[in-house]
Amino acid sequence: MKKTTIKTIGIAAVLAFTLNACGGSSSAPSSEAPSSEVPSTEAAADAPADAPAEGNEAAAGVSAPDLPMATEVGTGEGQVNVVAWPGYTEKDWVDPFTTASGCKVNVKVGNTSDEMVALMQTGEYDLVSASGDASLRLIASGEVAPVNTALLSNYADVYDSLKNKAWNSVGDKSYGVPHGRGANLLMYRTDKFTTPPDSWSVVWAADSTAKGSVTAYDAPIYIADAAVYLMSTNPELGIKNPYALDKTQFAAAVELLKGQKGLVSEYWSDYLKQQAAFKSGTMTAGTSWQVVANAAKAEGTPVDVVLPKEGSTGWSDTWMVSSKSKNPNCAYMWMNYIISPEGNALATEYFGEAPSNQKACALTKDKNHCTTFHAGDEEYFSKIWYWTTPTKECLDGRGPICVEFAEWNKAWTELKG
Amino acid sequence: MRALSRLLYRRPKLRLLALLSAPMVWLVVAYLGALAALLITSFYKLDGFSGATIKEFGFQNFTEIRTVSVYRHVVVRTVLVATAVTVIDLALAIPISFYLAKIASPRVRRILSVAVTMPLWASYLVKAYAWRTFVDPGDGLIKKVFGVTPGLGLASTTIVLAYLWLPYAILPVYAGLERLPDSLLEASADLGGHALVTFRKVVIPVLGPALVAGSIFTFSLSMGDYIAVDLVGGKTQMIGSVVYDNFVQNGPLAAAVSLIPMAIMLVYLLGARQTGALENM
Repeated sequence: MKKTTIKTIGIAAVLAFTLNACGGSSSAPSSEAPSSEVPSTEAAADAPADAPAEGNEAAAGVSAPDLPMATEVGTGEGQVNVVAWPGYTEKDWVDPFTTASGCKVNVKVGNTSDEMVALMQTGEYDLVSASGDASLRLIASGEVAPVNTALLSNYADVYDSLKNKAWNSVGDKSYGVPHGRGANLLMYRTDKFTTPPDSWSVVWAADSTAKGSVTAYDAPIYIADAAVYLMSTNPELGIKNPYALDKTQFAAAVELLKGQKGLVSEYWSDYLKQQAAFKSGTMTAGTSWQVVANAAKAEGTPVDVVLPKEGSTGWSDTWMVSSKSKNPNCAYMWMNYIISPEGNALATEYFGEAPSNQKACALTKDKNHCTTFHAGDEEYFSKIWYWTTPTKECLDGRGPICVEFAEWNKAWTELKG
Repeated sequence: MRALSRLLYRRPKLRLLALLSAPMVWLVVAYLGALAALLITSFYKLDGFSGATIKEFGFQNFTEIRTVSVYRHVVVRTVLVATAVTVIDLALAIPISFYLAKIASPRVRRILSVAVTMPLWASYLVKAYAWRTFVDPGDGLIKKVFGVTPGLGLASTTIVLAYLWLPYAILPVYAGLERLPDSLLEASADLGGHALVTFRKVVIPVLGPALVAGSIFTFSLSMGDYIAVDLVGGKTQMIGSVVYDNFVQNGPLAAAVSLIPMAIMLVYLLGARQTGALENM
């Protein structure tokens, strides 16, 4: 009898091991998206209904642990480990950096901000290209160190409108260098839409023509996209900032998302899956990024992207350095390189976003790049709601009545069912 | 060198220690340690903003799993899928293994054994993506050939998981059948038992432990999966996907959720022990 008990435990142990091994063994594949010329994005309308610019400036009252910052940049360590968005670290501009600095760049692609936060928590990476919904969390938990911008010769050319913002600094300390910014766009199959859509209603309205093949971004931050839509379709809710939702407003956004589930064929967070699904026609309309559209077009998929009239969510990304970085010199060299006119032009033109360095505009292959993507166009970007971590203390200054990010996360699991 | 071997010869306990210390360290530290960490984490709290774990003891994660209906639905869905996968795999594994063990010539047996294990050589992700191109409701192969497709959802998830874990069902069943002497089958036939009776009264009782072993693999592997369901499951989520989605934003909750499949498997194993199937495994 005793022997059996031991056996049972042994089997249980083997089992649990198998479960673990299976869960841990794979991660989303990263692959090089094919390079392509950058197509133009047209804004469907001039201004969204309601777009207060101060929302993007709001400080969240974050306190950051006191961490030291670098005082000098020495010789490179020979390598640097990077967590980056897909399309941020391609051969075209990584190779020249490696040649010049001697730092080999090891890239781990992050598909969502949440994945990036988790990767940085391992302490194995030196740098991260964090969006606003990751950056503050990284700062508050002490994962990233303040950046000594005096050591970065190219920092002076970065648009002032991107420096020392709520998502990349605390107090007077800067926590990184701006990479670029852009909007989450509505991607659609051009063969399924005879007239190009100009409104997010194709992914939200119950009578959408794309019913059954809509897609949505599989992350809690997507709740803000519902809020952006509600800002123009349901003004009596009084949403002033899609990341500052009180209980009623939040419930309305979740309700909208629950309704959307009936239209959705699949959620996506792995951009390769989205690319494949648009190609096969499983998805015909939904939120996406310019870089995915570029890759899909290069494959011959008939797609296009548009910034709908309601405005959109978007990103303003920041390269941040880990507080546990083992290769700080190479990390600083990379930060200086990626905001250099050459590096910044290559990276942001490839991805399809506005560069952070104004001198990059002169070096893009497409001379209209900066016009197309509204580099330095503050009026345009006042309509884009950069990803930000929702906090209890409302970002629009209404006091501590807002739904915080942990609740967003729970709601996301629940509404997927 | 000689002195060392003399020492080891004289002290058998030292010998045993030297032999077992490495695997024991692995088992206790890396393996049981990780499980213990998981268990402890499931009682911790989450800082709502930074997503950092606050090390305070409490039952809030378990309360949440119990009270919020979505977790119940996900657990029930996962158990149903895992059960279906197990039934399908065993139904396929028994005839294949029987042919392999009792009927096939040695040459065919070798070829078939390789064929059965071959899918294990390819990456899991490649296989799952390949299945996606089969069942895709847009322009998937199945749709092109047959005009209909299971599409993206639970049906496809079950099919893909059954495909992925089939070798894990065939191998133990095959091993079990190999141990079944042909003389028993002949004796049954001599006594007038036709094929079905022989199968029910002779093969199945001998095969019991092997079936349990196979089902443990297919069931537990299905319980923990999150990639197949992401690629071919459409909008559905299973326990694995809930853990995967939460382990970043809410580690403690993910830890608590991940204990559910373990608890279910423990119950399953205890049940299997009750039937005596583990006695001669």
